[in-house]
Amino acid sequence: MGLLFSFFTVIALIVIVFIGVNGANLHYLFGVLIPYATFLAFIIGIVYKVVQWGRIPVPFRIPTTAGQEESFPWVKQNKIDNPSTSLGVIIRMAFEVLLFRSLFRNTKAELREGPKLSYGSTKWLWLGGLAFHWTFLIILIRHFRLFLEPVPVPIKILESLDGFFQVGAPVLYLTDLIFLGAVTFLFLRRVIIPQMRYISLAADYFPLFLIFAIGFTGVLMRYFLKTDVVGIKQMTLGLITFKPVFPEGIGIIFYIHLFLVSALFVYFPMSKLMHMAGVFLSPTRNLANNNRAAMHVNPWNYPVKVHTYEEYEDDFREKMKSVGIPVEKE
Amino acid sequence: MANPKPEELARIEYNPPKTGWMDTPTVFKPGIFPYGCKPKSLETVSFPNPRSWSVKDEDWKLPENWQEIFIEGLRERVNKYRSFRLFLDICVRCGACADKCHFYIGGGDPKNMPVLRAELLRSVYRKYCTTSGKIMGKIAGARELTIDVLKEIWYYAYQCTECRRCSLFCPYGIDTAEITILARELLNLLGLNIDWIAGPVANCWLTGNHLGLQPHTIIDSFDMFINDLETATGIRVSPTFNRKGAEILLVVPSGDLFADPGTYTTMGELLLFHELGLDYTWSTFASEGGDFGFFTSNEMAKRLHNKIYEEAKRLKVKWIMGGECGHMWRVWHQYHNTWFGPVDFLEEPVSPITGTKFENTKSNKTVHICEFTADLIKHGKLNLDPSRNDNLIVTYHDSCNTSRGMGFFEEPRYIINSVCKNFYEMPPNTIREQTFCCGSGSGLNASENMENRLRGGLPRANAVKHVKEKYGVNMLACICAIDRAALVTAVDYWVPGVGVTGVHELVANALVMKGEKKRTKDLRGEPLPGMEGE
Amino acid sequence: MNLEALLSEKKAAIVKKWFDLIIDNYPSDSSNFFKKQKDRFLNPVGHTISQSIDSLFDEILHGIDSEKLFPFLNDIIKIKAVQDFSPSKALSFIFLLKQAIRKEIGSDIKKKQISDELASIESHIDDLALLSFDIYMKCRERIYEIKADESRRMMFRLLQKANLVCEIQEQESDLKSKTVLTQNIKG
Repeated sequence: MGLLFSFFTVIALIVIVFIGVNGANLHYLFGVLIPYATFLAFIIGIVYKVVQWGRIPVPFRIPTTAGQEESFPWVKQNKIDNPSTSLGVIIRMAFEVLLFRSLFRNTKAELREGPKLSYGSTKWLWLGGLAFHWTFLIILIRHFRLFLEPVPVPIKILESLDGFFQVGAPVLYLTDLIFLGAVTFLFLRRVIIPQMRYISLAADYFPLFLIFAIGFTGVLMRYFLKTDVVGIKQMTLGLITFKPVFPEGIGIIFYIHLFLVSALFVYFPMSKLMHMAGVFLSPTRNLANNNRAAMHVNPWNYPVKVHTYEEYEDDFREKMKSVGIPVEKE
Repeated sequence: MANPKPEELARIEYNPPKTGWMDTPTVFKPGIFPYGCKPKSLETVSFPNPRSWSVKDEDWKLPENWQEIFIEGLRERVNKYRSFRLFLDICVRCGACADKCHFYIGGGDPKNMPVLRAELLRSVYRKYCTTSGKIMGKIAGARELTIDVLKEIWYYAYQCTECRRCSLFCPYGIDTAEITILARELLNLLGLNIDWIAGPVANCWLTGNHLGLQPHTIIDSFDMFINDLETATGIRVSPTFNRKGAEILLVVPSGDLFADPGTYTTMGELLLFHELGLDYTWSTFASEGGDFGFFTSNEMAKRLHNKIYEEAKRLKVKWIMGGECGHMWRVWHQYHNTWFGPVDFLEEPVSPITGTKFENTKSNKTVHICEFTADLIKHGKLNLDPSRNDNLIVTYHDSCNTSRGMGFFEEPRYIINSVCKNFYEMPPNTIREQTFCCGSGSGLNASENMENRLRGGLPRANAVKHVKEKYGVNMLACICAIDRAALVTAVDYWVPGVGVTGVHELVANALVMKGEKKRTKDLRGEPLPGMEGE
Repeated sequence: MNLEALLSEKKAAIVKKWFDLIIDNYPSDSSNFFKKQKDRFLNPVGHTISQSIDSLFDEILHGIDSEKLFPFLNDIIKIKAVQDFSPSKALSFIFLLKQAIRKEIGSDIKKKQISDELASIESHIDDLALLSFDIYMKCRERIYEIKADESRRMMFRLLQKANLVCEIQEQESDLKSKTVLTQNIKG
């Protein structure tokens, strides 16, 4: 149900923009108002959510330790997987955020049965996830060429690396291929693996469909429908300088692409996609394991009702004395 | 034929859930769930809703406004624990944790996949604490808190041993233990604890330990140890209790005072400290290092462990040493300092024997007994004869709590390798941070849920079986009192012929003591290697 | 070609079919895990089943020698005994072998007219089922024994020195009853 619902929601989004732009001629709405409004919602939403998380206390220091803790000088500490210093935490987080270290952890293939070494699907999850996130990032950065004039050198370099193979005209970007492949993979494993299908919600399918549609319309625009890039850049520069213009000859496909991105902007802050920001705040990963060496303060720590020694001794005084245990009051 | 064929029978019964998990009702199966708590236990610690109830009954006798209590409790906690809120918000259901849970691996119940177990509560959170859940309902993965949903949360909250193995593999560090801990806290607002946790909590409140051992009883059991030790070594140890002015307060899990084979660990500790002439004391008041309050609520955990520092202060000791226990060390290591700090009435721990400063615990002032002993051995302070353990072929089980809540791997291994000659590791993906739970942690070591415990213990036992077949391993060492109780049982079923021991039992067997008689028996009264005829 | 040769030749396919049929009796979300996870330590259930039935199949071909069969049957039934609570469910896996054989070599049997031989193999399978029933009962008994053993271990020191802990006094509500649940002996 979640799958179909998500699919048709994305289809509906496309239909809306199609009717809105081609039918009702609402260029200003779909080309200016909605992108502005949704981008604002995106920024405010993310800030709101991060501030909301940030204001909630971290009462306890509960890192998941994945290696030997700091101990005697003669015991080798695993400084990355069980950091006791801020530097260690930063390295651990860097591995986590940039390389998905925890996902990679379960790929050790030892003592497996049978003649063939079989790879767990988890290794593919790591690879697929890594491919997806990294290509998404590179594609996003490449898009900055549309908002900046002149185009900064680093972006040009990135583009030329991305188009290294010089296939076709316009040059085929590797990231585009990998990106669509990775999204497809992430979708297929959800559908094909029964456990994954069982745990998946609409909230899991929808962003995949949406992101796939964004990528797909982008690819259509660039490679197949050959949309007027100069016109688009005029428009994007107009948007960013708050002087919106509508050059002729920008196809509906661009509006679809833009509207889907807008939909993602709105959806992002209220969905699981916030894991992008959340991963940095995760108390099992971003805290040093130095609990016994340095005190961690819980802002809402409060005194609790306890059973005191006096009460204990009152209960058991005679019994204690009978076996020679020293007592406070004779 | 009227009767269905067996395979058809099986097929009907096992009809795989074609419906989504929200629409698949949870069936309570005997052998899986522990019994509900008794009213007396809750009254003792002034917990809400004490009444006689049974899990099997339709009516759990909840307060009329139970939904309100639960939801208010949930709202309160998502604003008190960043971990909790974050973990409820950011799960992407990638499935990396799905096959990491020992209960899922051994039993196959899909709701024991950590992601789904968390989702049981997460769906309620969405419904009552998020805008999208309120508006979109089921499409956003939200659902009403009905009585069936509550029961389902209960059923699975007491099928998680809070071992954190899933947390290790989660790309965002989502810790199901944290979710289970808070789910149980919410259930406790409604008086929905289990007997096996609530009973020990009440006992611990009154007597200082889970077993309900009164002071004179503790002395009596030590008298037994002292006699047994004299028989084995010819040396009469003389431990002190509640002694003011001792340098060190020793606190061990009370299971080691009464339940075999944990008792041998305590006896080992007695021998070791006697040999060292250590200035230490036991306490009948702080007679429990473990904390079943931790499986109840944060507040209860703190209420029970207050006694340790109170006693240390009263007895004016310099620092505290903790025995071999798993969840005890999770609490001591990750919670004590925050609850009770700054611990300025104690001194930074220094080993009186070697002069080593325990730098990593300078603020909290609690030293793990294995840290203490490893340091002794490193400095050559112990006269050890590992050949006395030659009859043992040992492997080591990392306890979940000390592994993933502390990172305590090398010290116990160093000790074991110093006191016995035959040590073999289990396969790498079943030890250290990837260790498998005994299947009975977090207060689930009751007997009525034995089938589930055995399922949960299967992955661990299976690895033991491997080293037994490959190296002839006959002894499983561990540093956890619940392990010493539960692994004996799990191993007994899955890999008969392997024993379970604490690390300090091995130490004491190898320890050559001043003035000892010719040792012919180990602490268990079994002949030492080469002494079979004597 | 006689049946035994045929079965030996098709062993891999039949055992695989048998394995699939057994695993398919689990809910689909877990059966996939039991099938796909190849690491024997991360998937003890799937591993034990596949290893055991492989050996069982060889034994069945050569007649039933309960001595030899025991360890393989024991391994698999031990797991079934804590997973399935009715004997019929737990032991249905034996009969699935008949289904697997017929599915894999049913046409050959007809062609080669060796259904008599098949009947003898199938009666071996029935013998196996009887033996399994004994083992299943032993496993269930064992579970009750270890429950008792566990409480005995926990109570051992108590039994040595009786009356050391005061009895549970559920009905009394006065403050004198200090120990709430003394039968809950644990650490």
